Amino acid sequence: MTRTRFTGVQRLIHWTMAVGIVAMLFIGVGMISTIAPDYVPLITLHRTLGAALFLLVLVRICVRLFQGAPPLPASLPPVMRLGAKLSHWALYGLMIVMPLLGWGMMSAAAYPVVLFGGIRLPPILPQSDALHTLLWAAHRWLAFAFFALILLHLAAALFHALVRRDGVFEAMAPLPRRDNEAA
Amino acid sequence: MSRPSPSRNPFIPLAVIALVVAGSAAAFAYTAGWLSPQRLTPTKVVAALAPPGGPALGHRRNHAKGICFTGEFQSNGNGAALSTAQVFTPGTYPVLGRFNLATPNPNAADATVRVRGMGLQITTPDGDVWRSAMIDAPVFAVSTPQAFYELLQSAPKGAEAMKAFIGRHPEFTAFAGWAGTAPWTSSYAEDPFNGLNSFLFTDSAGTSRAVRWSLRPEATPVPIAPDELAKRGPNYLEQEIAQRVAGAPQRWTMVVTVAEPGDNTADPSKAWPQGRRTVEVGTLVVKQVEAEANGPCRDINFDPAILPRGIRVSDDPFPAARSAAYARSYDQRTAESKYYPRTPVTGGAKP
Ligand code: HEM
Ligand code: HEM
Ligand code: HEM
Repeated sequence: MTRTRFTGVQRLIHWTMAVGIVAMLFIGVGMISTIAPDYVPLITLHRTLGAALFLLVLVRICVRLFQGAPPLPASLPPVMRLGAKLSHWALYGLMIVMPLLGWGMMSAAAYPVVLFGGIRLPPILPQSDALHTLLWAAHRWLAFAFFALILLHLAAALFHALVRRDGVFEAMAPLPRRDNEAA
Repeated sequence: MSRPSPSRNPFIPLAVIALVVAGSAAAFAYTAGWLSPQRLTPTKVVAALAPPGGPALGHRRNHAKGICFTGEFQSNGNGAALSTAQVFTPGTYPVLGRFNLATPNPNAADATVRVRGMGLQITTPDGDVWRSAMIDAPVFAVSTPQAFYELLQSAPKGAEAMKAFIGRHPEFTAFAGWAGTAPWTSSYAEDPFNGLNSFLFTDSAGTSRAVRWSLRPEATPVPIAPDELAKRGPNYLEQEIAQRVAGAPQRWTMVVTVAEPGDNTADPSKAWPQGRRTVEVGTLVVKQVEAEANGPCRDINFDPAILPRGIRVSDDPFPAARSAAYARSYDQRTAESKYYPRTPVTGGAKP
């Protein structure tokens, strides 16, 4: 029997991370554009949530390797198939790379990486102005690319749900739809 | 299986999708401040620090002239009654710091800069890092970060603008009084350095108290008139402190002042009343002085919100504003390092 939906664990992780990643992007651009007292808790939250999401994406990848994914509908044109594949790869890549860039750029600037609860992460790179500048720019511009890709992903998901109605959205929907129960 | 067929009129769903995407993008732009040009961002504050000719590339956007030092902090254990931070348990902890002048111009002559500062970092074996940036004035110039931004905008506009500024921010007069009357010294070693901002110390019982800290020099201050200081040369302070420390380590006592209920902990322009409990927590010993260009303090951000466990920010709005602005300054200056060679051009360094 081929599954038509991602497993419950996969859907739970997908939606938890979706909320987390979107929150990270908003916290990121919000915190760096304010001098208000919120800046201090926001940046601590940014580091903490970013570290947690990094652990979660590692778990997610393991789960994906073991549990696989339901096949895309046969009716899907090859271009869309390719687009789906490439964009999912890119999303995974960014989920892995963004936290490492954040952690690396702080290390290169000799900032202590302090999370909520007084947890300290060790530096992963030596102090270096050149590295800091590179990673800082990468963290910033990849964050914008990440947001654009998520908008595209969101649009595609809604396109599947509302226009094509081909079951792709239901495959990741948090709750099953009644008329899909047969699966 | 009763899967519905593709909808025949896709216009409404497509409009819904377009709305959702556009709405998300707008929310993002709003959060980033792109739709609110009046928001006071760290970038704006840092830009306002720049002199008319633009910032000195590769250098700190404020307190740009400075020299590195290393040494140690000898903790006497008294501070443990106030905070659980390891730095207050008796012992000796490594220190990295920077003596500096409050000017955006790294080549300013010493006698032209009224305010002097110190950046300080103390690290402890538990991995905690405590950074602080302090000045010799006993109070800060203004009550809020917004007022500081206004000051930066008013000062270059001349006497009329400053008069209007002081009308709106009468707290400025306490600082101006100090600047006009306090004696100058001819050595960093004779200056006190005050944290001015309040922070919360938490003790082992979990009680938090608002405090401010200061470094009091062991050396006796010898007053000097600014024009006398000018005669000694534009970089006298750096030469003097390097020589003095080479001769003998220089010391400061760290004093923590504890607020009482009702004291204004949110406003660094207001001194707390006399008679507050003070605790001498240890001694800063400066043992070595090194040029900034390739020294260990160069690429350090003495961000006052970098604190060990046992110390937190209080209701004082400055540390957050400073943390945001210092990060921006740091991002900019480290990206410009090619304009500030690591080996000083005038240093005559030989292999
Ligand atoms: C915000 C609304 C979102 C919606 C409606 C949504 C919807 C979906 C749907 C329907 C799928 C299944 C595609 C398939 O059948 O292959 C999916 C897959 C996926 N989503 Fe999302 N998603 C959202 C946000 C996010 C976010 C923020 C991320 C973070 C990077 C993300 C990452 C992924 C990845 C990597 C996959 C591929 C899963 C795999 O094949 O292993 N999604 N999403
Ligand atoms: C999913 C992971 C992450 C995402 C999506 C993310 C996103 C962002 C965004 C959007 C910004 C604002 C960029 C700008 O507008 O200039 C930002 C800044 C920042 N992020 Fe992250 N981030 C992530 C993980 C992390 C982690 C794990 C850390 C540290 C441990 C970190 C540290 C920082 C810092 C320090 C800044 C401020 C940079 C500056 O000085 O301008 N980030 N991040
Ligand atoms: C909102 C108010 C303030 C702003 C916007 C501001 C801005 C700055 C900036 C941009 C730097 C350069 C940071 C770097 O590149 O590493 C700096 C350095 C410094 N500031 Fe402030 N500052 C403020 C308030 C204060 C206060 C209240 C004090 C003293 C209690 C202070 C003392 C210092 C010192 C000593 C340095 C030099 C630190 C070092 O050696 O690196 N500043 N300031």
